[in-house]
Amino acid sequence: MNHFQFALNGLFLGGLYACIAAGFSLVWGVLHIINMLHGALIVLGAYVAFYGHEWFGIHPFVSMLAAGLIVGAFGYLVQTGLINRVVTKPVLVTLTLTFGLDLILINAMLLAFSADFRTVVLEHPLGTASFGGVFIPLDRMVAMLLALAMIGVVYAGLRLSRIGRAIVAVRADREAASLMGVDVARTYSVTFAISAMLAAAAGSLMSVVFPISPTTGHLFLGKAFVICVLGGIGSIGGAVVGGMTLGLLESFGGLLFGPEHALTIAFVLLIVLLVFRPQGLMGKKGF
Amino acid sequence: MTRRNLMLLAVAVAVLGAAPFIGGNYVLRIGTITLMYAVVAISWNFIGGLAGYPSFATAAFFGLGAYAGAIARTAGVPETLAWLLAMLAAGAFSLALGFVILRLRGHAFAIASLVVIEVLREIVTSWDSVTGGGAGISVPFAAATPEAIATYYYWSMCGLAALAFAVLYHVARSPLGFGLRCIRQNEDAANMVGINTTLFKTAAFVLSGVFAAGAGAIYASWTSYIDPADAFDIVISIKAIVMVLLGGAGTVLGPVLGAAAFMALDEFAWSNFLEVHTGILGVLVVLLVLFLPTGISSFSLPDVLRRMRHKHGSPAGASGR
Repeated sequence: MNHFQFALNGLFLGGLYACIAAGFSLVWGVLHIINMLHGALIVLGAYVAFYGHEWFGIHPFVSMLAAGLIVGAFGYLVQTGLINRVVTKPVLVTLTLTFGLDLILINAMLLAFSADFRTVVLEHPLGTASFGGVFIPLDRMVAMLLALAMIGVVYAGLRLSRIGRAIVAVRADREAASLMGVDVARTYSVTFAISAMLAAAAGSLMSVVFPISPTTGHLFLGKAFVICVLGGIGSIGGAVVGGMTLGLLESFGGLLFGPEHALTIAFVLLIVLLVFRPQGLMGKKGF
Repeated sequence: MTRRNLMLLAVAVAVLGAAPFIGGNYVLRIGTITLMYAVVAISWNFIGGLAGYPSFATAAFFGLGAYAGAIARTAGVPETLAWLLAMLAAGAFSLALGFVILRLRGHAFAIASLVVIEVLREIVTSWDSVTGGGAGISVPFAAATPEAIATYYYWSMCGLAALAFAVLYHVARSPLGFGLRCIRQNEDAANMVGINTTLFKTAAFVLSGVFAAGAGAIYASWTSYIDPADAFDIVISIKAIVMVLLGGAGTVLGPVLGAAAFMALDEFAWSNFLEVHTGILGVLVVLLVLFLPTGISSFSLPDVLRRMRHKHGSPAGASGR
């Protein structure tokens, strides 16, 4: 087997993983919340793309923007109305709250969309290109590029925009930021909305690659955890590096030990890393 | 024990003793599940309530116990011995695991303990020559009337719950319990004044593992069939935490009261809103966290808050908003 093929598959998957993890990491880093709802938000985005395609024939690569806006607005409301009330409590409290919200959202999606696995079947797939014996699935490549572009937009937004600087300031020192006139509660809400937007966009892109069901949310959540710890919590660059690493690991781990062990390998590596390098591969540098 | 608690205990013993005689299989089933929840909640209370470590490994221990018990039973080991073996196996596992992940604190520990569930489930699913893989494993059961079997497992679970309760009662009053409470308040300070924090935390983690595994082993024998998704269900970990928060973390009676209250609400949701049952459970969790601050605040003592803030470098309560 051609090792380049596995590397390529891993990287294409890794781009989508990075997009999943970037939002999760942002909320974890800025709000100090492990957002158990994140997986369900990804699935919600995937359903927006699925029905956009089913009913209106919109390509998921286009409807990812709509999915991002809808789910982002939803995230803003959830953070403002519910999570902000307990955001300063210990990890157990916020984690339990988001888990409760996750149960509600997944139950609602099961009722609305049923437990069937669905996937978007494109009428005009881009097909594959062949380059030096390596097959390049073009749809996946475009999905990866779009995912990385989304991350790039958020990264630039954090650096350049006013609200982006506020988010970074709150992450660095919540109290000092508040004294400088930053509205901390609103900044939290915007951060959560950005995270939800990234999740939904990733979900839309995923809908082309993976079969989606309301219960797949926890699978994505697990991957987001691993990537965050791999890359370092609260760092966008870390999420990209961690996502690519996990994609490659799953690809080559599947090659070496069989695909059913891919997840175990990733998790074992995670525990090893947690113990020996808890700050992540990239360290804690912020944005 | 105060007078009030003694009376509560007397009522609990009376109810538990009367249940097999007044109700049919339905009451016995509810009773067995409630007792199982009580064991799981007590198990979490050792590490999460007393030591203040946000452990999610409960479901991992539960599943490990269920599978160890089931495998021992299929190998022909007598039932009670199989349960003890399962508890022993989980004790050894939690000892080794605790040695590795108890170095972590806060979020990192929470994640590491959560991940253990996934890893065990993956291993059990792929190791199908021993565990039956994703198709699950059947546990041999005795040839007896359904009533006799239901009563037998009810008393077995009752015995385990009583043992767990007695151990918790004893630990809470012993130097171990004192040390664990010190760790919850400030681990570095506890270490500095001479408490062997590593030993104490590991002891709490092992106790947590042993009892959750016992509940899992009896559960496997009782239902006579388990599969990986059922045995390593993260919801078990979450339920344990919710029950303890409901009843009061770090207390002796809290886990038991929380388990009883939770079971009543859960059964109500099951019987009335089957389709949206998990949604109702979610609403319950959200309401508990947002609007029942006494249940929560018994855990979020000011010093725990201070420790968390200190650790994550995010100061201040409401002042920042």
